[in-house]
This record gives sequence, C-alpha cells and structure tokens, in this order.
Amino acid sequence: MFYLALNYLRVGIQNEMQYRANFFVQLGQSLISLATGYIGLWLGFSQTNELNGWTESELLVVMGIFVLMGGVINAIIQPNMTRLLEEIQLGTLDYALTKPADAQGLISVREFRLWSLTDVVVGIMVLSYGVWHYQGYVGMIQSLEFMLSLLMGSILIYCFWLITTSTAFWFVRVDEIVNLFQGIYAAGRWPVSIYPRWLQVGLTFIIPVAFAVTIPAEALTSRLTPLILVGTAALTIFFSVVARLFWRLGLKNYSGASA
Amino acid sequence: MRHMLDYYLTTIKIAIQTEFQYRVVQYFYMIGMIAEPVIYLVVWSTIARAQGGMVGGYTPGAFAAYYLVWTLVRNMNIVFTPYGWENRIRSGWFSMDLLRPIHPLNGDVAQFAGMKVVVIILWIPLGLLLSLFFKPDLHPVWYQVIGFFFAIWGAYLIRTMLLSLLGMITFFTTRVGAIFELFFAFELVFSGRLVPMSLMPPVVQQAANYMPFQWTFFFPIESLVAPMTLQHMLAGLGIQCLWIVIGWVAVKVMWHFSVRQFSAVGG
Repeated sequence: MFYLALNYLRVGIQNEMQYRANFFVQLGQSLISLATGYIGLWLGFSQTNELNGWTESELLVVMGIFVLMGGVINAIIQPNMTRLLEEIQLGTLDYALTKPADAQGLISVREFRLWSLTDVVVGIMVLSYGVWHYQGYVGMIQSLEFMLSLLMGSILIYCFWLITTSTAFWFVRVDEIVNLFQGIYAAGRWPVSIYPRWLQVGLTFIIPVAFAVTIPAEALTSRLTPLILVGTAALTIFFSVVARLFWRLGLKNYSGASA
Repeated sequence: MRHMLDYYLTTIKIAIQTEFQYRVVQYFYMIGMIAEPVIYLVVWSTIARAQGGMVGGYTPGAFAAYYLVWTLVRNMNIVFTPYGWENRIRSGWFSMDLLRPIHPLNGDVAQFAGMKVVVIILWIPLGLLLSLFFKPDLHPVWYQVIGFFFAIWGAYLIRTMLLSLLGMITFFTTRVGAIFELFFAFELVFSGRLVPMSLMPPVVQQAANYMPFQWTFFFPIESLVAPMTLQHMLAGLGIQCLWIVIGWVAVKVMWHFSVRQFSAVGG
C-alpha cells in the first residue's frame, strides 16, 4: 500500500506540474484567505487585549495551525473524499473495488493536489511568526507534543471525512458535505475553549476540529497536559476503528449498477 | 409578460419539488453555513462581556439577534455561484441555455427563488434552536417585519446581479479562482457579514457607502434587528432598488460583450 500511495503521489505531482500557473492562483487565494482571517482577529483585538486567556500572538499560532491543517486537508483528504463521493453516486467505485488492494487504503491515496500545499507553507510562516512573538517558552517537549498532536489531528479529520462521505452509500446525494465540513472547520480559527460547552463537545467529539487545531496550539503554548495527549491518542485509535467499520458497513450497501 | 410569469412560476415549482427531495443535503449545507455566524457571535459576545457587557453599542443579546437574522439573510443571499458560471461555460453546458428563447439569467433567478421557499421552511427549526441557545434581543415593530421581507428579496436580487457579473468573467478566462476569492474578501469586509458595520473602522464604513455590499447583508439584518424609523426603512429599500437597477444595466452591458466570447460546442 505504501508503494501504491507513493506512485499515486508521483502521478498527482506530475499532473499538477502541467498547470504551473495554478500555483500563483492558489498563492493568491491563500493570501486573501489569510488576510480575511487576520482582519477578523485584528478587529477583535482592537477592542480587547485577550480572548478567554488567549493573547493575540497565541491566536496567531492557532491561525497558523488552522491554515496549515487546511492545506493538508485540501491537498490530500478532501480531493480523495470528493472523488469517492462522486464515484458512489455514479457507480464507478467498482473500478477501485475490483483492484487487488485494500479498498479503504486505495480510495484514500488516489488524489493529490500539490498546489494546495501552498497553504501549508503559508500556515507554517504564520505559525512561526506567532511563536516568535509568543512570550512563553517553546522547547523540545512542546515541539514533539505539537508534531504528535498535529499527526493525530489529521488522522481524526480523515476519519471524520471518511465516515461522513460513507453516508453517501445510503443517502447518495450528499454533495454539500464539502460545505458542511468547511463551515464547521472554520470554527477552528479560534480555540474551542471560547465556545459554549455544548459546542465544545460537538467540536471535540463529533467533528474533531479541536484535535486538529486547538490541541496542537495548546501543545505549543504549554497548555497541554499529558492526560489530554493520551486521551487524544486513545480517541484517534477509536475513531480509526469506527471509520473502518462504518466504511465496510457502507460498502455492503453499495450496488454500483451503472459502472 | 404572461409567458414570462408562467416560466417563472413553473421553474419555481420544479425547484421547490426538487429541493424537497434532498432534505438531508439541505441540512448538511445549512449546518455548515450556520457555523460561520455562530463563530462570530461567540467571539463578539465574549469580547462584549470582557468589555463590561457592551461593545460598539452591541450587547451579547444584540449580537445574538444580529447573527441569528444573519443566518436567514445569508440563506436568502445564496444565488447562482460564479463557480457555477465557470463550470457551465468551461464544460460547454451553457450551449443548451443559449438555445432557449429566454435570457439564462431568468432561469437562475427563478430556480434559486424556488429554492428559497424550501430553505426558509427548513431554516425555521434551526432558527428556533439557535434562539434557545443564544437568547437574541429582538423586538421589531410591524413595519420592520414587512420591510425585512422586501429587504431580503432586494438583497437576493442585488447579489444575483453582482455574482452574475463576476461569473461572466469566465467568458474571457477560466483562471478566476483568485478573482472570486478577492471579491468575497471585499464582500466580507464591506457588507456587515463579518461584524456589524458600526464595529468597522470609520474609513471602511465610509467606503462601504459607495459599494453595494452592505445592502445585501447589513441593511436587511438591521432592518429587523435595530430600531429603525419608517423613513429610514423606505430610504434603504429605495437604495436597494437603485442597486438592482445599476446591477441589471451592468449585467446587460457585460452580457452583450461577453457572450460573444463563448465558443464551446459540447454540452
């Protein structure tokens, strides 16, 4: 599966390299998106000095991680899931299912949007700027916790996408899933601790925005406890199993008559 | 005139029937859409509380009212997207629309108007649920309710004209993603979508007076939420009409020059 993923990655890069001008389009979009995000932050901090204990530089760290993770989602997770959605609707998923490889693995690695990684670069730059202005200490342990929580966050986001996309096996037309996710993911621009309790629960356990953005930011700003890190690892394993089971359950419902 | 009315009524009826079939999709979209105002609401309510209960004249209850009405106005503001224009021009599907003896914009307006009926019905339970959670401070008088009805349809038509103009750029080039994003960024800042205009710096408020954006978000929301005299309300509706006419003329001119660029043979 690893070599298969590498091959798809290579093909994806070659495909994207045919349209080099798209890099500049993507860069323009990333900068505009960053500017609008920053305007929201700036407007808020023109009225106050901190938001529920988070300073402006700490919120820049959150924003950097939000943009970075958005780049990962747009480059890898979302294109694969929207393709899956389309194939379920058209009945062409048969072509993937009949290949001699694990179906879940295969449908998760076929697409790669190289230029969306621009967001990853922009995110890292914002993150670095936020950390630079952050008053606290960022050492080796915090950095390791950050990397680990970022990895687990992206796995959780992938699981959420897979579960939601798999609902297409029953409902067929769930095209708005992209809007649903993008709308809710936007909540990650701010730390989930500022939201009401009911929304915090939703953004943590139903749609794991908290694990994708806030917890990595907490790791960098020394707010993360070992218990939360262990809990995140446990939840990542749990969600991975649930996503796998849900996918298999959905597959049993697939009839792909039109391929 | 009569055949046009028939066309509109039939298209609206078909759109209602089609959209009612896909209620799950509608709710997926709405939940995603509602996230945006909820974020703004929570952030600004937190700031208001930190500032002693009010910021820029808005209490947490006033913010709740603003952003709750925002969700309905936003639903009304959804029109045929410029990305849709890009898609139908690039793929060649637009050929079919051009063969019909009616301007394609009529189809867009009628279809999305029909969708609004479904969207508003499905929005009601969500609106009530959000009201329970956020307790909006909302006390409109009778003429505000009537004015709001016209204002949201005015906003719908202004935004239809704006996004159609934007979409028509794809007759000339298909690399328009960044242009669209720039437009939406401008709209976010100058429309009252991000925050009520009174919270914006004075220079932004002044610049917004010369743009159509605030008549698609801020005015319809304020027409229901803020204390407003009847005169002020009528003046606002008049300015909306003016922007609709300007937009319509601009669309006609743009259409005249842009449709000649269309060369697809497929679809």
